[in-house]
Amino acid sequence: MPDPGIAPIVTLTDAAKHFGAVRALDGVSLTISPGECLGLVGHNGAGKSTLVNVVNGGLAPSGGEVTFHGGTDALGAGVRSVFQELSLCPNLTAAENLRIAHGGLKGPGWRRRARAEIRESLDTVFPGHGIDPGAEVDRLSIAERQMVEIAIGFAPRDTPARLVILDEPTSSLDAGIADQLLDHIARFCAGGGAVVFITHMMGEIFRVATRIIVLKDGRVVADHGASDFTRTGLVDAMGHVAAEDAAELSERRTGDEIVRTEDGLAACEGEIVGLSGLAGHGQAEALARLYLGETSAWRSRAVPPMVFVAGDRGRDGLLPLWSILRNMSISILRQGARWGLVDRAAEAKIGDEWKRRIGIRTDDVTNPIMSLSGGNQQKVLFARALASEARVVVMDDPMRGVDVGTKQDVYAMIRAEAASGRTFLWYSTETEEVCQCDRVFVYRAGRISAELTGADITEERILEASFEMQEAS
Amino acid sequence: MNVIARHRIILPVVSLAVLLAATFWLQPRAMSYFGLNLLFNLAVPIALATIAQMLIIMVNDIDLSVGAFVSLAACVTATILNDTPALGVLVLALMVAGYAAMGVVIHRLELPAIVVTLGMSFIWGGLALFVLPSPGGTSPGWLRTLMTVKPPLIPAAVLAALLIGGITHLMIMRSGLGTVLRGVGGNTRSVARAGWSVTRLKALAYGLAGFFGVLSGMALVGLTTSADANIALRYTLLSIAGVILGGGEFTGGKISPVGAVIGALTLTLAASFLSFLRLSPDWQIGAQGAILILVLTARLLFNRKGVAA
Amino acid sequence: MSVLSKPWIWAWLAALVTFAATIGLTSGRGTGELAYAALSFGAFAAIVGMGQMLVITLGPGNVDLSIPAVMTLSATLALKAMGSEPGTALMGLGVALAVGIGAGIANYALIFLLRLPPIIATLAASLVYQSLAIWSNRGLRIRPPEGLADFATGRMLGLPNVAWVGLVIAVVLWAVLERSIWGRWLLASGQNMRAARLAGIPVELVRATTYLVVAALAGLAGYLLASFSGGAALNMGAEYLLTSIAVVVIGGTSIAGGYSNVPGVWGAALFMFLVVSMLNSYGAGAGVRSVLTGAIIIGIVIAASTRRLRT
Repeated sequence: MPDPGIAPIVTLTDAAKHFGAVRALDGVSLTISPGECLGLVGHNGAGKSTLVNVVNGGLAPSGGEVTFHGGTDALGAGVRSVFQELSLCPNLTAAENLRIAHGGLKGPGWRRRARAEIRESLDTVFPGHGIDPGAEVDRLSIAERQMVEIAIGFAPRDTPARLVILDEPTSSLDAGIADQLLDHIARFCAGGGAVVFITHMMGEIFRVATRIIVLKDGRVVADHGASDFTRTGLVDAMGHVAAEDAAELSERRTGDEIVRTEDGLAACEGEIVGLSGLAGHGQAEALARLYLGETSAWRSRAVPPMVFVAGDRGRDGLLPLWSILRNMSISILRQGARWGLVDRAAEAKIGDEWKRRIGIRTDDVTNPIMSLSGGNQQKVLFARALASEARVVVMDDPMRGVDVGTKQDVYAMIRAEAASGRTFLWYSTETEEVCQCDRVFVYRAGRISAELTGADITEERILEASFEMQEAS
Repeated sequence: MNVIARHRIILPVVSLAVLLAATFWLQPRAMSYFGLNLLFNLAVPIALATIAQMLIIMVNDIDLSVGAFVSLAACVTATILNDTPALGVLVLALMVAGYAAMGVVIHRLELPAIVVTLGMSFIWGGLALFVLPSPGGTSPGWLRTLMTVKPPLIPAAVLAALLIGGITHLMIMRSGLGTVLRGVGGNTRSVARAGWSVTRLKALAYGLAGFFGVLSGMALVGLTTSADANIALRYTLLSIAGVILGGGEFTGGKISPVGAVIGALTLTLAASFLSFLRLSPDWQIGAQGAILILVLTARLLFNRKGVAA
Repeated sequence: MSVLSKPWIWAWLAALVTFAATIGLTSGRGTGELAYAALSFGAFAAIVGMGQMLVITLGPGNVDLSIPAVMTLSATLALKAMGSEPGTALMGLGVALAVGIGAGIANYALIFLLRLPPIIATLAASLVYQSLAIWSNRGLRIRPPEGLADFATGRMLGLPNVAWVGLVIAVVLWAVLERSIWGRWLLASGQNMRAARLAGIPVELVRATTYLVVAALAGLAGYLLASFSGGAALNMGAEYLLTSIAVVVIGGTSIAGGYSNVPGVWGAALFMFLVVSMLNSYGAGAGVRSVLTGAIIIGIVIAASTRRLRT
């Protein structure tokens, strides 16, 4: 618990952050003081990364206040972040990367000093690490890169590190190295530093955190000393107390197995298969691998074996210069085409039909795709896939930014299509959606950690499989 | 990770060494002070232009105007700098400033560098025609002396190549600011997050490129004693080829100044190598293309092996 | 959508204005001759420009630097094969197209097999093509067969024959881009290669055919240009390296890919020629012409980008 005698490092007063209508952070008050190790847990979309970015000064809050004590801004106050996505320059060495963050390293002999500093920091955090500070970062393994990044986070730069935010720092480290990091966090906090620690490993949280904060829907729902929590209590605090209406899931009959991958992902005809787990644990990659393996970059078939519904619309789905209609029809052009020409009458017919069926809010499907709201763009991507005659539909978290009404429509449509024999592989970050599936694969650290069917598909079971419940060692 | 994949510089060095050995074997007389000078004389301006191109590629852009810019610098050197040195220096300094400004415009307006530099190549070319409408001009005496100096032991061309490689290596690979510049190519976001102004860094990279472009034009005039508006147009493609041959990559800030100089030397040598083979000079240009393809194939093979190992 | 919002209109308006400014100086004399010359010379820039347009439509990083070398090589080999013999024109055309397609295959093989960036692949290949042309040409200037030369410099219904060829190609390409599945695939790949692949488009096939088509068009342009100007010259393609990119940009095609503009390329090709003749008739030197061309290209990119930032 914060000691009132010591000045805090950063204080949030009713801080809020809105992205359009989405309240990513909905009024959070928080004080982080020297000596604290704050464990931050919450489900996907609970607002963890938004909170982190507000604390490190990367995002200005839309409401409330953030005060840094001991400096005018986050960097001046000694607040550093180590991100999950690697933010090193891969073409530079570890020592050179330190130079980018540490402006005081200049003049003759700076390279020697930079090497010494990064080596010292690495030695402190990860004794016996074996990393050459003069090696270019892209020659290092993922784990070594993560270690360098952590070492730069803790290194004394222009100001000493006072608060270090670690977002899933152990995700690519093996148990022994993760142990060293946890030991260092404990030492760092004992020495008057503070750490904010985000992880999916329950054991790690209970081992180092002095205080645990549970976020849900952009609010702090629990904030106690770590000893006041039990593991199951923590999982309960994160999850909904959702009324299960599993009754509507009548046992549906499914056909022969038509998808099976090396890593164990499988699906039968007419089955809705869910992929779950915390975001970024390999679900999207597994689906992309499956899709790219089943289709070719050199040949196209009139009826594709598989279609893909993108969730990251900008990166994987939209063709931004085109109309709604052209975006919708791109995967079905070869169905019934002659002489390699587009059958524009048939295209228009399908466009109108799907506009009606899936309820795209536009007066004309020849309007640009970018004139639609995010949810309606997503409907177009659904229509693109469902309009084809492909037997398997792969969906990569397709409900981002879709309103509740549309979701219900799409759920109904998916169920109807599955009943007629189509197979769906559905990665979703929302447990509520996954609970609608016939079978669920839970991913953790790039691998399938559990396969659930029927009555076993519950939020508790999925959360259990998403978090590493054993001791971290 | 194998040795060749780790040290980008090995492959360019080996390519140059093999080509040089073959040349000496065919024509032992080339293995002399004068022979080497003759072989590599024209490589000096090309090496400088390649460094200019490398500085642009370092920040993930590409420059289609190097050749026209070097031509303009050569024309200014052979006329204004020769007639009124003070004005000449001013004009050349303005050209460097123009290059820096081009970098700022490209970055701030998020323009494609390939098109802006394409447009600039017409502008530099037009200005060169203003300065020197028909081939001619005279090299300033001191420049001529500098480019034809005969230092003891090491031929001037070789010494110049060593100097260019060494100085730019210190500047880009060893200095703190050079490191940050390479960081812009590697991960612009993380450089910006650490509090650097990317606009200023890009202006610096482009300005330096302009400076080396000017040096290239001056060196060229010092060698040829006169200039014309099209004198260095082929440098655009040669410089791109030299950077890549020297182990550089188009994206990610992966460049090597020493490699770029070696790439320029290799391309120059490839052209003259054929005359020693008593092959028709028709193949001179083609030999440069073939060397480029060969070295890049070798690089791909070694990298593949490196990944497999 | 109003006419003014069509990106190709600007290139045509600019061409018209320069045309008017030029004939204004001569108070209308020589109008026909100027239009005829613009259509003749513009046709070559338009043909290679349309090829370059397809490549640039593939998206950032895609550009063909081997166009000049392919033009020279196919012209040289075609004229050599014909040897000024009458009745060999079609055979020569076949040779030129075959050379072009062969070069296209080689270019794409370098890009795909060696994973080279298209810029460096087409650059390296172009050096080899250039040498091949020098070697096979041996400084001789072979005249095109009589009938072919007459065709290349002749006219039909008042328009130069080469302009007819360019127009036919334009109509075909326009139809392909607007109406065919392959056109849709190309435009989709250029907007977002990854999204296109995930939508089931065979993106490598699209890329391969595009590099083939641009090389074939360069071969055709070289053949026509050599027949038009009485023989192949080693530097005949040189000016088309930058011109082919410039007409694409001026014509309103998106340099970021995914949007092609066939009429704009033609307008820009006419404009490029007319600017030169206008400045000539006003007595401006080559320097002014060049500076102005560069300023126009940069102005257009800046205008296009501010429009993008506003929307």
